[in-house]
Amino acid sequence: MSKSKAKAYWKENIRYLFILLTIWFVVSFGAGILLKDTLNTIRMGGFKLGFWFAQQGSIYVFVVLIFVYVRLMNKLDKKYGYDE
Amino acid sequence: MNSLFLAAGLGVQTWTYIIVGITFTLYIGIAIWSRAGSTKEFYVAGGGVSPLANGMATAADWMSAASFISMAGIISFAGYDGAVYLMGWTGGYVLLALLLAPYLRKFGKFTVPDFIGDRYYSNTARFVGVFCALIVSFTYVAGQMRGVGLVFSRFLEVDINTGVIIGMIIVLFYAVLGGMKGITYTQVAQYCVLIFAFMVPAIFISIQMTGNPIPQLGFGSTLADGSGTYLLDKLDGLSADLGFAEYTEGSKSMIDVFAITLALMVGTAGLPHVIVRFFTVKRVKDARKSAGLALLLIALLYTAAPAVSVFARTNLIETVSNQPYASMPEWFQKWETTGLIVFDDKNNDGIIQYLADPIKNELVVDNDIMVLANPEIAQLPDWVIALVAAGALAAALSTAAGLLLVISSSVSHDLIKKMINPNISEKGELIAARLAATVAVCVAGWFGINPPGFVAATVALAFGLAAASFFPAIILGIFYKKMNKEGAIAGMIVGILSMLFYMLKFKFDWFGGGGKDDWWFGISPEGFGTVAMIINFIVSIVIMKFTPEPPQEVQDIVENIRIPSGAGEATGH
Repeated sequence: MSKSKAKAYWKENIRYLFILLTIWFVVSFGAGILLKDTLNTIRMGGFKLGFWFAQQGSIYVFVVLIFVYVRLMNKLDKKYGYDE
Repeated sequence: MNSLFLAAGLGVQTWTYIIVGITFTLYIGIAIWSRAGSTKEFYVAGGGVSPLANGMATAADWMSAASFISMAGIISFAGYDGAVYLMGWTGGYVLLALLLAPYLRKFGKFTVPDFIGDRYYSNTARFVGVFCALIVSFTYVAGQMRGVGLVFSRFLEVDINTGVIIGMIIVLFYAVLGGMKGITYTQVAQYCVLIFAFMVPAIFISIQMTGNPIPQLGFGSTLADGSGTYLLDKLDGLSADLGFAEYTEGSKSMIDVFAITLALMVGTAGLPHVIVRFFTVKRVKDARKSAGLALLLIALLYTAAPAVSVFARTNLIETVSNQPYASMPEWFQKWETTGLIVFDDKNNDGIIQYLADPIKNELVVDNDIMVLANPEIAQLPDWVIALVAAGALAAALSTAAGLLLVISSSVSHDLIKKMINPNISEKGELIAARLAATVAVCVAGWFGINPPGFVAATVALAFGLAAASFFPAIILGIFYKKMNKEGAIAGMIVGILSMLFYMLKFKFDWFGGGGKDDWWFGISPEGFGTVAMIINFIVSIVIMKFTPEPPQEVQDIVENIRIPSGAGEATGH
């Protein structure tokens, strides 16, 4: 019983990781590097958008991602009774 | 008002003595108050640090002299390409928070080689771990001591060697006495000093140039002169006029930017002095949260740094370009005496030609002075300049202390206690730890006084090594239950060796050397950590397929660390 519970918990955890790391990749390597030139044609105030993602935007998203992860995991821990 | 006027007349040097004196007294006071009495306090601060305190300590530990002094300067000259450091040194925390910190905390040991040795049930693996931890940490700490010397020599006008020795004594005092406990609480204070010192001039200059008090927004705003031109457009224009690449475009190839960013991220997540910080909190939950807090506190500086770069670069070009040498302000001559600004009047017209073309260019400005000289270039009050000196020292000392702890625990815990003499008493181990820390400080100081020419070059090696060795071994150890010792050891060794080979070949001209055109896939040595990491993963998995599975009890350990509850306290046994 506790083994299958642990398995289910781990599966959900991996799913969260997959989603969050996809976003991590898209904002930094995607918007900040691979798509930089395309995004640079769009402007946001004085910033070209690709440049902004590379030097500002991706960092903000990183911070948000970790706090979202903390929230999701705290909920997940509760759901499976692993919180303390 | 009167006293303010008086204070303004004190001069930079007096202000620096006052502010640096106050901060140093504070650090020593904290060290005495939080002495370590047991090995547990020495290695992991007793394991009861709150997530916020740990977040602040991690941020100070992480932000070194390189982050505080050099980074904004490097970005200043690299423009868009500087993003590799900004994203690389922050994005790693996402990996750390999601993939490493919670599980390593649950595992609950003192050091990274501890995890490697136990998870891969082998002292060979542990030894490879110790070896990597020592190389990475020594490389890094030498650079910090150099930073301390630089600040002392410029602001207090003492000899650079005296500066390094003063720095050594301070670090020795609180790292040896307080261990992780002393370091943690000193780092909390150091974080406050360094972030204040970085933000105050940034805000001042942002208001001066754009009228916006938030630097992160200021560098995307229009100029305060009422012309309606955006600051970044102006800088792009100035750069192009002088023959440099447009600031917002950069000049590195895309694949290289990609590889360097990834290598720095993965390297960050694999650095032992950062990982070990997450052993100091109480619960798995706290480890996740403090990783988030650490990144938030780091992001404050990291998002302001590119703004400082733009302000400094614009100010510098406007102050020096096509101006007569004789009319240069006082800071120019002061930095010239340190050799960090070099002016060579090639056409003897007495005017500074600052150009991208190396044949006509007459001015060389070192990366490292942009942050330190920035307040002077912008003509900010003396106390702000002094504050920057104190901040730079806080950044260098906090990182040096964290690294020294990794070195001393690798020796006393991983080598002596776990491999050479398992019967050593608690007291004996504590003495060994303090002795190891003392020796490490002396070695670091020696490197600071006699900097090998390769310090700067080897910082990239430290990240590459961490990326090529620890990261895959830890990730596979957590996420791949069947990974065995044969695979992990082979992976780490092949990973490190390929990284070393590439660095030695292209940075030090060994094995026939080679230039930019010979780089594999167009990837620079700084970015090669990414390739070495992939090699490590592949070798580990292939070797694993041909060798026996790990024993059942090890597989049980892996199942256990995946569940957050019952982390208990960090133990060495």
